[in-house]
Amino acid sequence: MTYVSVQRLLAEAKKEINEISVHQLKDALTRVEDLVLIDIRELDEWEQGSLDEAFFLPRGNLEFGIENIVMERDTPIALMCAGGVRSIFAAKSLQDMGYTNVASVAGGFNGWKNAGYPFSVPRSLTAEQRSRYARHTIMPEVGEAGQLKLLDAKVLLIGAGGLGSPAAIYLAAAGVGTIGLVDFDVVDTSNLQRQIIHRLDAVGKPKVQSAADTIARLNPDVRVVGHQTQITSENAFDLIEQYDIVLNGSDNFPTRYLVNDACVLLGKPLVDASIFRFDGSVTVYDTAAGSPCYRCQYPDPPPPGDVPSCAEGGVLGVLPGIIGSLQAVEAIKLIVGIGTPLTGRVLQYDALEAEFREFRIHKNPDCPVCGEHPTVTQLIDYQEFCGIPHPNGNVPEPAL
Amino acid sequence: MATVRIPSPLRKYTGGQAKITVPGATVGEVVQNLVQTYPGMQSRLQDDAGEIKRFINIFVNENEIRSLQGADSPVAETDEISIVPAMAGGK
Repeated sequence: MTYVSVQRLLAEAKKEINEISVHQLKDALTRVEDLVLIDIRELDEWEQGSLDEAFFLPRGNLEFGIENIVMERDTPIALMCAGGVRSIFAAKSLQDMGYTNVASVAGGFNGWKNAGYPFSVPRSLTAEQRSRYARHTIMPEVGEAGQLKLLDAKVLLIGAGGLGSPAAIYLAAAGVGTIGLVDFDVVDTSNLQRQIIHRLDAVGKPKVQSAADTIARLNPDVRVVGHQTQITSENAFDLIEQYDIVLNGSDNFPTRYLVNDACVLLGKPLVDASIFRFDGSVTVYDTAAGSPCYRCQYPDPPPPGDVPSCAEGGVLGVLPGIIGSLQAVEAIKLIVGIGTPLTGRVLQYDALEAEFREFRIHKNPDCPVCGEHPTVTQLIDYQEFCGIPHPNGNVPEPAL
Repeated sequence: MATVRIPSPLRKYTGGQAKITVPGATVGEVVQNLVQTYPGMQSRLQDDAGEIKRFINIFVNENEIRSLQGADSPVAETDEISIVPAMAGGK
């Protein structure tokens, strides 16, 4: 057995590989279109700062991971470590794998930084977050970048009830960083049959408080903002403006038209759903992306009492669990930017027949709020729009 | 005859039936025949002028009739017509 010193090994490797200076790298990054820069340092080094153009692939995973990044053996590759030594051995290894156009960056990241060239400190998940979201980040569709988007996202839930409960729980578990809840109500025993975010010991407490307590025990990454109020034409813009996406889980038509109009006017995507007895319905209205809105689907509200509420007609407890979870899926897709959103389509679930059906809905060019010549350009009186008399008036008996 | 799907809140007017075959060459004719057979449906589906209420979506297969020819939309033997009223429930 002959002993070879690392100096000797390095000298041998240097003879076989190509080295470029940080200045040549700088030039190549602007000039060579298909150049792939790979940073082979360890995670703790990468986190201190790196080039925006660089892929992160630590030396220890290089041979296993390189084909996920570079398929073609003749693609130009530049390898960067901290000082330019590890990247020499790495370059040798890639050449041994048949990569024909590999260079090691002499001086490495430190040389780049000392030359005054730009770099940034990449955001990354903490060790705890890596473990918590491992089943997300391992999927290339989400990855660490997608998980960071979720952590940065702000989602507003109208109603912390039947639909809001499963949606809030799944969004919180998924690591949506800010969850706003609008609900003026307090928890009642009759809610517990379906509103799974609330527990028996929360009866009598404000729903936003009870929901915030449940989420706090689930995921400390999530900031819950409780808005213990009724959403109205006066406060809707202020509430919705602070968020990226709105989930509708309200229980009355005036609020549904109000939330729709506010989202259209502010250009926010609205993940809408409704439930009644054994039927559920979910869709995404995203007029900023050209989709129809709630008014395109239902131009006029039903007269008061014509369509009974869940309090009057009942609802299967698990139904909002299905539909609210679908809302959470759609919100996550919109945040991460994957898949095909449920826009221009309504997904309808009939629990009794055990059937899902999909219908198409179309943008109405004459829609008063999102059409070509809108007449609703600010929020209106939605109680009046829905024909509901003001508090001292007579409310018609619901026809069941 | 086309098949009409009845949403669960309206099944009390159809003796609990979820699917009914109804004759008619257009959506308007099918709805007219439906409300004649099940009179309780009339006030749920049509306004005083006999028009389909604007908070009810009617789909021929997957397409809403407002995107087709409204009540005049043709209906084939194999078509499925779905009645989907607006629901407000969420809590």
